[in-house]
Amino acid sequence: MKAVTLNNITKTYNKGTVLAVDNLSFEVEKGELFGLIGPDGAGKSTIFRLLTTLLLADSGTATVDGLDIVKDFKTIRKKVGYMPGKFSLYQDLTVEENLNFFASIFGTTIHENYELIKDIYVQIEPFKTRRAGKLSGGMKQKLALSCALIHKPSVLFLDEPTTGVDTVSRKEFWQMLKRLKEQGITILVSTPYMDEANLCDRIALMQSGKILSIDTPANITKAYDGKLYAIRSSSMHKLLIELRNYEFTESCFAFGEYLHITFKKDHIDHTNALLSYLKHNGHTNLELKTIEPSIEDCFIQLLKQ
Amino acid sequence: MQQPVIKTELLTKRFGSFTAADELTFEVYPGEIFGFLGANGAGKTTAMRMLCGLSLPSSGKATIAGFDIYKQTEKIKQNIGYMSQKFSLYEDLTVIENIRFYAGIYGLSDKEIKAKSNNLLDQLGLQNEAKKLVSELPLGWKQKLSFSVAVIHQPKIVFLDEPTGGVDPVTRRQFWDLIYDASDKGLTVFVTTHYMDEAEYCNRISIMVDGRIEALDTPSNLKKQFSANSMDDVFYQLARGAKRNE
Amino acid sequence: MKQLFIFVRKEFYHVFRDRKTLLMLFGLPIAQIVLFGFALTTEIKNAKIVVADYSKDIVSKQIIDKIDASRYFDIEKSLMSHDQIEAAFKEGKIKMAVIFPENFNKNLLHTNKAQIQVIADASDLNTAVTLTNYISSIIGDYQQQMVKNVVLPYRIVPEIRMLYNPQLKGEHTFIPGMMAMIMMLVCVMMTAISIVKEKELGTMEILLVSPFKPLMVILSKFVPYLIISLVNVTSILLLSWIFLHLPIKGSILLLYAVSLLFIITSLAIGLLISIVSQSQQSAMFGSLMATMLPTLLLSGFMFPIENMPLPLQIISNVVPSKWFYIIVKDIMIKGSGFGAIWKETLILVGMTVFLLIISLKKFKIRLE
Repeated sequence: MKAVTLNNITKTYNKGTVLAVDNLSFEVEKGELFGLIGPDGAGKSTIFRLLTTLLLADSGTATVDGLDIVKDFKTIRKKVGYMPGKFSLYQDLTVEENLNFFASIFGTTIHENYELIKDIYVQIEPFKTRRAGKLSGGMKQKLALSCALIHKPSVLFLDEPTTGVDTVSRKEFWQMLKRLKEQGITILVSTPYMDEANLCDRIALMQSGKILSIDTPANITKAYDGKLYAIRSSSMHKLLIELRNYEFTESCFAFGEYLHITFKKDHIDHTNALLSYLKHNGHTNLELKTIEPSIEDCFIQLLKQ
Repeated sequence: MQQPVIKTELLTKRFGSFTAADELTFEVYPGEIFGFLGANGAGKTTAMRMLCGLSLPSSGKATIAGFDIYKQTEKIKQNIGYMSQKFSLYEDLTVIENIRFYAGIYGLSDKEIKAKSNNLLDQLGLQNEAKKLVSELPLGWKQKLSFSVAVIHQPKIVFLDEPTGGVDPVTRRQFWDLIYDASDKGLTVFVTTHYMDEAEYCNRISIMVDGRIEALDTPSNLKKQFSANSMDDVFYQLARGAKRNE
Repeated sequence: MKQLFIFVRKEFYHVFRDRKTLLMLFGLPIAQIVLFGFALTTEIKNAKIVVADYSKDIVSKQIIDKIDASRYFDIEKSLMSHDQIEAAFKEGKIKMAVIFPENFNKNLLHTNKAQIQVIADASDLNTAVTLTNYISSIIGDYQQQMVKNVVLPYRIVPEIRMLYNPQLKGEHTFIPGMMAMIMMLVCVMMTAISIVKEKELGTMEILLVSPFKPLMVILSKFVPYLIISLVNVTSILLLSWIFLHLPIKGSILLLYAVSLLFIITSLAIGLLISIVSQSQQSAMFGSLMATMLPTLLLSGFMFPIENMPLPLQIISNVVPSKWFYIIVKDIMIKGSGFGAIWKETLILVGMTVFLLIISLKKFKIRLE
């Protein structure tokens, strides 16, 4: 049995004028760490709300843990953990009060499932009498995760848990997810950060309610069409403008300290011609190399298709 | 050497016994893209507020666009632009109404406003959307419009507080094209971001940890200094040691 | 049951940790009592009036003494001319002028008919009406006494009596009205806001996804405000008893029972508003529109319903506070028992059940 299945799910808002999810179908295996990756408005939150039975689809069917999201919504609500995107806990309650509250709402106690949240909770336990509103971003996130886990859900839905959180906390958060996965919990997580894609078992790249590609991160980068080069020089912006005007350039965009570039007719080796052209234009410290595409490169390519 | 457009010396802000920004000393030069990084709660927002003339420092000195941070905050405000993640655009006004409003509050004349707004619409390719409500625009366009509106009065410096949150990678890069264009024209860009690849696009970066600036240099020098492969790594090494929570 | 307890406890945390709300919850009744009970009372004390007695006889003198003795008037005896009186009115120096013409007593004795001219400043209509009413009743009173002494046949004397409120105290009708208003404000607004707040925070999504029953969510939201409102009822009654010397004539138990009913009505309205509002502002605005205005205008506590145009009279029947106001007035001031108020109570029960059913049906177990 799959942990999650979607069959031709469509969801619109405002009486059909806004298409949020467009005829989507995919499956998530049990115990998988599955990532929905895409910008705001891609439909990630809508999918989560459909699966957590908070919304009804216009058409199509879906299951969570083998249960129908419409018919069996009451059972599903008992079994899933959910961390909404805009979730911010009760600011005026303390850490412990928040956790206690959510535990009892789900009919359990902190004590009963302490093992599951222990790793996460010990980090915030020293602050358990502090009000949630006074916690840092990273700690709020840990508390929210503890609250979502407290009833030992079989499937965990995390809607953009790392948005607006700094790198350090983001890294810690993903380590926590990895440990949860080892305990057999199926996790669906959404994120706008492409670099987090590699931390998932499988990902769906999403844009405007559609899936652009769905596979393991390795397979997605393998499917990249064409050769990708990275180039840099001592004046990057000038380089970007000139490369965009270069006759054989197919696409060129900034990517960290390099520019990423693909060529038309890339069976021909353009490197030497390009380098001498750029040197002629006064660029120094030129470096050009072929590279393995990242998920972000794939996403950009998929967007352009 | 050019005169710095932002110059701070031991700039400090205390809230009671808590030092939010601790002896910040740095300079930013005209036309520079200056990345201002730090973990959540490191004191970025506090520092930004002081530099924008929105809050007075507890001690230290600073000049922004040549004006004193204590005495000439009004002058400073005329010479800076500001854009935050929560846009300053009015969702229930049209694109053109927003542009005219902001041009108006910065005291541009009617003629200037007309010329400017046409110019801007052309530049952003928004001519056909001019009469649309801002709420109907995609997020990426809102961000671009928001940026253009923030610099409509041709300030010397523009402060961008996480300007590219939540958009797709292509739109994010288009936004950076705008930043580069502006910096080519001599505008100083002071930007905070959570995307470490964007940190690489800056000319120089400062990284704040627990209220202090722990590192300040070009991205490549920083990577050398910390023997790191990426800015992400540099940031991680520095911020991991942070003790402070918000 | 334990879940419910924990949820209710959480609600109390919210209430007690938010000082501003707390101040509003408990300060409001006190502020209202002070405002309405003392400052904004419709009763007029020490109104400046001028008495011009051109007759100077024994009857006019007695009447003037009677007016003087009442605490409503602050009189100045002066033989002003009409022009002077008008000037005094224009300057706002006086509220009313009472003029005894020459031969006042003579006319009365010989023709059994005499006139007193009473001129009031009707630019402030309420005050003018109240003052002339006071004067008429004082004169009426005097006539009655005269009738007792001198028996005049065929004379019809209007008997004016202010029932239940012989001292014409304004507070009497204000207290029940205020109780209605405060309970409406607290229950409707607080319930609506606290539910909408959960929507804004995103916690509502979690509560919905949890196995905790939506009905329990509602119940837990009701309990704290119900208790707070009962405290408020008590404090209003105590305040009005201590400061305004207003006794409760009827059964206190009955009064509390009816208040409880009305609180539940209000909570149901609050719930209904929270269902249709997406932000705290709209919940607040909705509550004010749904409670303050009808309670102020259509419950009969500020403006008598009998004087309203027919359509408004009909509309006033769907305002719950109207019925509550009538019931409380009857219990507190008339001392009526359940036998006298069962009809109104039944109407209120009907409304409450109707509102509860609607809001429970409408309460969404999903997000839209």
